[in-house]
Amino acid sequence: MARVGVFVCWCGSNIAKTVDVEKVTEAASRLPHVVYSTHYKYMCSEPGQNLIKQAIDEHRLDRVVVASCSPRLHEPTFQRCISEAGLNPYMLEMANIREQCSWVHDDKEAATQKAIDLTAMAVAKAVRNEPLFQQEIPVTKKALVIGGGVAGIQAALDIADAGYQVVLVERTPSIGGRMAQYDKTFPTLDCAACILTPKMVDCASHPNIEIITYSEVEQVSGFVGNFDVTIRRRARSVDMKKCTGCGVCYEKCPVKLPSEFECGLGERRAIYVPFPQAVPNVPVIDREQCRWFTQEKCKACEKLCPAGAIAYDQEDELITDKFGAIVVATGFQTWDPSEYGNLGYGTHPDIITSLQFERLINASGPTDGKLVRPSDHTVPKNVVFLSCIGSRDDEHGYPYCSKVCCMYNAKHALLLKEKNHDAQAYVFYMDIRANGKGYEEFVRRAIEKYGAIYLRGRVSRVFPLGDKLIVRGVDTLAGKPVEIEADMVVLASAMEAQPDAKEMARKLGISTDEYNWFSEAHPKLRPVEVLTAGIYLAGACQYPKDIPDAVAQASGAAAKVVALFSKEHLLSEPTVAEVNEDTCVGCLLCKEVCPFTAIEPKTIYDKNGNPIKTVASVNEGLCHGCGTCVAACRSASMQLRGFKDDQLLAEVDALAFAE
Amino acid sequence: MKYAYYPGCSLHSTAKEYGLSARAVCRELGIELEEIPDWNCCGATSAHSLSRELSIALPLRNLAKAEEMGLDVLAPCAACFNRLRSANAAVKDDPALLESVNKTIGCDYKGSVNIVSLLGAINELGEETIKAHVKRELSGLKVACYYGCLLVRPPDVAGFDDPENPESLDRLMTSLGAEAVEWPYKTECCGASLSLSKPEVVVKLTHDILAMAKRAGANCIAAACPLCQGNLDLRQSQVEGRYGERFGLPIFYFTQLMGVAFGLPNAALGLKKHMVNPDPVLAGVGSR
Repeated sequence: MARVGVFVCWCGSNIAKTVDVEKVTEAASRLPHVVYSTHYKYMCSEPGQNLIKQAIDEHRLDRVVVASCSPRLHEPTFQRCISEAGLNPYMLEMANIREQCSWVHDDKEAATQKAIDLTAMAVAKAVRNEPLFQQEIPVTKKALVIGGGVAGIQAALDIADAGYQVVLVERTPSIGGRMAQYDKTFPTLDCAACILTPKMVDCASHPNIEIITYSEVEQVSGFVGNFDVTIRRRARSVDMKKCTGCGVCYEKCPVKLPSEFECGLGERRAIYVPFPQAVPNVPVIDREQCRWFTQEKCKACEKLCPAGAIAYDQEDELITDKFGAIVVATGFQTWDPSEYGNLGYGTHPDIITSLQFERLINASGPTDGKLVRPSDHTVPKNVVFLSCIGSRDDEHGYPYCSKVCCMYNAKHALLLKEKNHDAQAYVFYMDIRANGKGYEEFVRRAIEKYGAIYLRGRVSRVFPLGDKLIVRGVDTLAGKPVEIEADMVVLASAMEAQPDAKEMARKLGISTDEYNWFSEAHPKLRPVEVLTAGIYLAGACQYPKDIPDAVAQASGAAAKVVALFSKEHLLSEPTVAEVNEDTCVGCLLCKEVCPFTAIEPKTIYDKNGNPIKTVASVNEGLCHGCGTCVAACRSASMQLRGFKDDQLLAEVDALAFAE
Repeated sequence: MKYAYYPGCSLHSTAKEYGLSARAVCRELGIELEEIPDWNCCGATSAHSLSRELSIALPLRNLAKAEEMGLDVLAPCAACFNRLRSANAAVKDDPALLESVNKTIGCDYKGSVNIVSLLGAINELGEETIKAHVKRELSGLKVACYYGCLLVRPPDVAGFDDPENPESLDRLMTSLGAEAVEWPYKTECCGASLSLSKPEVVVKLTHDILAMAKRAGANCIAAACPLCQGNLDLRQSQVEGRYGERFGLPIFYFTQLMGVAFGLPNAALGLKKHMVNPDPVLAGVGSR
């Protein structure tokens, strides 16, 4: 015979103001199996918890119902409390009479009745609760970091410094990411290369880090602590062990192409390193462009390579490895502003994006840092910067703010003046969003010390007239249309998710938002985790971020990984799905609907080893206990522990047959 | 393809050559036009400056008549097109407004009619169909395609082409064999009806448009709106006098140029009705 204790909480006045807690306590005492009931002002406080422990002891309670707040808040608290008193923590049941009752009602009588009903339901379920036990899961203490930008680099370094093995996978031929393309960084004007390249080298030389570039994650399976990952190492066509990085091959390669790293403003060859400080400093052959691969001619690089490192016959390699945790740091791409027909991007060489401007002022860029117009290589005097190109504009681009553009516009305005004292920067803006440490001061500096002219308004049209670009817009503060004869126009195009973000999310079994940014587990309290345990986010793959935010989040993700690796075992949540193999017919509809790929077919054999039938089998490490499979199961063979049919139906009955 | 034809006031009067050439070209292309019987003024700028109800009631009466005909409406004039579509959109999700307007105009409009512009309807036929009708390629003609402000804007009312950098007329001119020059003033304001109340504004605005077209290398302008054509053509000599700059840019309706390319007789296209004589420019066309 079950012995249930009911503990009704006032939550100060949060509950007691709208619910007559004494009446609830009294009603509960008359419920079947309830041997004790009481109420207290703060049940979650130490005296409140002691009250529960004492009652368990004195009244030999074997189940406890707490009628208080949402289990999201205090279920772990009360589970700990009753297990300290010797009960299995899953013998606890909570009735939420705060969020779902007192807070949303004002009729005290009705709210009290509802609280009584909710409590009766919890008691009915508690009577059918069974003890559940957590299982130990081993942890592979090796992390995978996907994406070798500054976020991935930081995460890899932090995890490696804590003493754990890290594999850093990067899609392009070198780590470094977007930050490697930038000139200086706001608000301190540190040179991006000066602060990034040492980190890249640290990564490469760290004994705990293995960098795999020109490679992509192909497949991910498994679960927290035990991910099985397949990585495709694309054929580099250069032997990494033999190559000395001398660079003769790309000096002599006859095929010239627009460089992706230079945003089309410079050239690369068919065999190339994307930039001189690349890590690893080993070229790759672009097989779609190389004359040997397209026409079976040339082989200049092979003939000239003093190390004999050219390997045309290299093939893609599939690497499989086990990881305990994954940090996703796949970054962003910039939006294509040719969507705005009136701004002329793509129709005139001097209408460029901000990223192109970074390359034009970068000392290692296509012009060696000399700011000149792409059209005629003259020095531009009037440069107009347009904010929010594709950001905060769901007509053309995205409704969100790309967050970093206000700051880099100020930086560009300032650097323009430093490059050429006669130059004049104009910045069209909607609002100036400079909310970071030293950010507002930095924008003021660009305006006050560097004379950047800020115009609040949008630009309606940019068009060439002679060798000038006419920028027509409005200054909404002056209430006047403005027209500027510019030499160059720079568009702060929005940050958007990687084109294959959705595909990556599918591989990882994580979710994305409506713009394909990866979704965090909780926007405020779990910003670096995703809903799939063991996978963490870092940097702009989640949402537009600047370098400080990306690096901070990367260290946060690394801390989560290190915390995970600090345990010998993980404890699995026992409230997961279980299969009744006797009644399961093996239709595997559950496998189809499972959002966590936690269900697999299993063959049952007789004692002679002959297969009898196929049934569903739940991987408890992957199962999140969402219950989708339970709803889909036609033979009621799938049950969720702690939420079985008889427990839930008992709750419904308690409500339906209440007095 | 058959449409209820809404000429509006201009196509029977100041823009007679637009009406003539539109009908002629449509006949060639197999677009059948049946004029809406007893149509009335669309209200133009005047109505919607005075009363919202009036600005909806006037166009809606025309739409109600087209609905009785069981046809969609084709409106060549950009202002008519804009007013008809605006009114139709206004009552679409507002049954109370529709009911009250119906009471005012004594009709029972249900909202089933769609309104297309002439440029839109021709665009629908596709480039190949147009090319198949070309008998005289317009080579040598450098056209600045001028859409004006109302044809493609506001985008949710007009519902076709890019509102900032429209291309459909440029594509049409190219398929006639003409060169559509790149220029930035495709949708710039011509001053519209200020032509009557504040002509000095119109002289300035039309000057800017003419000067830009000339600068872009155009030898003529193709328009799709009677008010635009009127301002650019009628005011041109005044602009030339004021600014001391000679333009000599004939302002065609795009349908006139289509007619020329289709080999239709000049009389059918109203080419004599221009203030700026188009003959010198047209003389060189197609001679290669």
